[in-house]
Amino acid sequence: MNRKLTFSIFRYNPQETGSSPGMREFRLEETENLNLFVALNLIRETQDPSLQFDFCCRAGICGACAMVINGRPRLACRTKTAELPEKIVLMPLPGFRLVGDLSVDTGAWFRSMNERLRSWIHTDENFDPDAPEVVMDNQVAEEIYELDRCIECGCCIGACATAQMRSDFMGAAAMNRIARFMLDPRDKRTNREFFEIVGTDQGIFGCMGLLGCHDVCPKNLPLQDQLAHVRRKMGRQALKNILPWYKN
Amino acid sequence: MRIIYTDLLCIGAGLAGERVAIEAARAGFETICLSLVPARRSHSSAAQGGMQAALGNCIKGDGDCPDVHFQDTVKGSDWGCDQEVARIFADNAPLAIRQMDHWGVPWNRVVPGRSCYYKGGEKLEKEESEDKSGLITARDFGGTAKWRACYCSDGTGHAMLYTMDSVAVQHGVQVHDRTEALSLIHDGERCHGAVVRCLKTGELRAYISRATLIASGGFGRIYRASTNAVINEGGGQIIALDTGVVPLGNMEAVQFHPTGIVPTDILVTEGCRGDGGTLLDANLERFMPHYEPEKAELASRDVVSRRMQEHMAKGLGVKSPYGDHLWLDIRHLGREHIAAKLREVNEICKNFLGIDPAESLIPVRPTQHYSMGGVRTDKDGAVYGLKGLFSAGEAACWDMHGFNRLGGNSLAETVVAGMLVGRRVAGFLQEEDMKVDTALVRGELKKQQERIDILRSSTSGEAPFEVRNRMQDILMDYVGIFRNEKDLHLAVEKLQQVLLSAENLKLSSRGAGACPELSLGLRLSGMVRLALCVAFGALERRESRGSHARDDYPARNDRDWLVRTLAFWPGGRALPRLEYEPATKVVEIPPGERGYGGCEVISAES
Repeated sequence: MNRKLTFSIFRYNPQETGSSPGMREFRLEETENLNLFVALNLIRETQDPSLQFDFCCRAGICGACAMVINGRPRLACRTKTAELPEKIVLMPLPGFRLVGDLSVDTGAWFRSMNERLRSWIHTDENFDPDAPEVVMDNQVAEEIYELDRCIECGCCIGACATAQMRSDFMGAAAMNRIARFMLDPRDKRTNREFFEIVGTDQGIFGCMGLLGCHDVCPKNLPLQDQLAHVRRKMGRQALKNILPWYKN
Repeated sequence: MRIIYTDLLCIGAGLAGERVAIEAARAGFETICLSLVPARRSHSSAAQGGMQAALGNCIKGDGDCPDVHFQDTVKGSDWGCDQEVARIFADNAPLAIRQMDHWGVPWNRVVPGRSCYYKGGEKLEKEESEDKSGLITARDFGGTAKWRACYCSDGTGHAMLYTMDSVAVQHGVQVHDRTEALSLIHDGERCHGAVVRCLKTGELRAYISRATLIASGGFGRIYRASTNAVINEGGGQIIALDTGVVPLGNMEAVQFHPTGIVPTDILVTEGCRGDGGTLLDANLERFMPHYEPEKAELASRDVVSRRMQEHMAKGLGVKSPYGDHLWLDIRHLGREHIAAKLREVNEICKNFLGIDPAESLIPVRPTQHYSMGGVRTDKDGAVYGLKGLFSAGEAACWDMHGFNRLGGNSLAETVVAGMLVGRRVAGFLQEEDMKVDTALVRGELKKQQERIDILRSSTSGEAPFEVRNRMQDILMDYVGIFRNEKDLHLAVEKLQQVLLSAENLKLSSRGAGACPELSLGLRLSGMVRLALCVAFGALERRESRGSHARDDYPARNDRDWLVRTLAFWPGGRALPRLEYEPATKVVEIPPGERGYGGCEVISAES
């Protein structure tokens, strides 16, 4: 016998007059291998075509479909109903502006984060179209890629107590991103320059170390290590800033 | 209603769109990218295995150069490509990849010394040279003479897109995400911008731009089963076709990738086979060497997909509740290799199939993957028929792929075409001004507002989701890997009926704000028109070339069909008008044998 699933889904369309926030229930019979991508599309196609949610690659690569699933931020496309009880509660990811129902505006948030971090390679060297590429150790390339795998899904922000209390906190995704640039030999920024960007309460010193981010990251990024690494580096830089003779 | 002015409007913010935008922004022009999703979620991010560029750094790529890359590309295209474009592409790919490196892509590098690799099931050894240490390395891909696919593990598209977007942020390229272009504003001669619907609020806006670029990716989602992201519904091709004056090129050239997983149709990279993975049948026997003794699993995608289909038709597929499939075997590559070089594949297998690919076989079958066809442009990316309109990437038919794209050539195309078309666009913006015709803009806005109003108030008609599903099923059933006159006739007939339904829809929601039912309702008739361009183009092309395989015309016919289909759709017609132009003006390599695929050829001289 297939299970009869109950989906309790947050509904609110800010664009529709008369819409008010609340939970609505939908029922669906479970089929083999059912995941939330298929389930939510079925509900939309057969029960309520106005239901808003975000999927894009539906393969766990693009990060579009993060939502709170039975209390935990996760990628919906990767979540099988078999892992969940019969009652499935879906809420939009907190910390981002609501577009409608389960859809939130992660694009504006991450664009702003990347602007604040100045998250691009800073170098005075011009690209020489006639020269071969600058050599790099493969291991360094792989270490950068390890951190570059962040898909900006926002799960770490949704799971972060600081981010929920202060909207200007940049969160683990940002600290991981800046750690990626610190690792990259092509980026010529000094620790002092990195400190200007993340050596604040909006940056690394706002982190309370609860590490919800690390627990929920769908890409298993080493966020705990990176937060500690950036904090240590920026802590030393803070000392250096006030005690010019201090050496690491 | 809001009107926004800009120098360049890019419709699409994936690799191609942002690369063009960056070139224009660096030349000092104001640039806005529209995107259905946040830029970094664009489908470019899902490209896994690699980008082809003839660097020749790794030992198995020794002696590689743009000439060899060019030859592989032309053969891969089954001589359907524009050879001048393929030449420009191959010559510029090394430069484009080095620029991406300069911007921050963490390409995997050459590690000197001895190491093992697999070819088919066989374990072999290679030795990388000391003097190439630390330069960008490459892996093997299908249809290539050398190892040429440069990569970052198997998240190459992701790493490139994040780097590209970071450079876009650096240069102040604006991205208006969650927006959808509903139509181009034009006077029949020049493009003036686009009418756009905000997918956050439902608001309608006009963007007035001196230059407009279509870089919205492919249209795979006209098929029910596709590896494409759900956003790949052909929005850019639709608004181009709707002008009536812009043709779509070679829409019948649709690529099926050999390894979509079953079920869910998610892609696992060609890198699996490039790194030595094999395809097995129901008896757990390797079958590709039997069909393709030379290339085996690493023939071009069209050929491997056809052979897989053929093999399953012999009853040698694996039965499953989701239909027949075959197995992809990467177990012998070892856990360490899979964890380092095939990370996404590893994750996809674990999360979507619940298997460990180091221990279990991966169920795969050919799945719709890429659109070689698209908005027809000249070699500079300027679109046929409308001045001020450009196109690049998968959305375009620039036409370096002809009737089959090689793996790794799409990522390469996005950044090479992006760079070159970007230069052309910047040059155009230096020279060309435009008189803004407010009546034209208001007229187009009004037209689109009326479409929305009519759809929202419609009291009879079918539900958009049902009509879409019907269209998708017709393509699956009648316009697949192997095609024939009878099926294609049926497809065209049925799609024409679906088009009538798609033009007469009824919403069951109120269609307020960013309502997804309204969004689909607005784009559905356009999707069906694209489907008709594919089916009708395929019906009319009475030969087999690359991915277009006709049971009833099995030979490649260079005498009559060395041409590119151009599909126009002037208003009020029930079918597109097809015209043809020579596939290539410049012939560096005359049509010949591909060296795989074993297709009969009717030569031009016969």
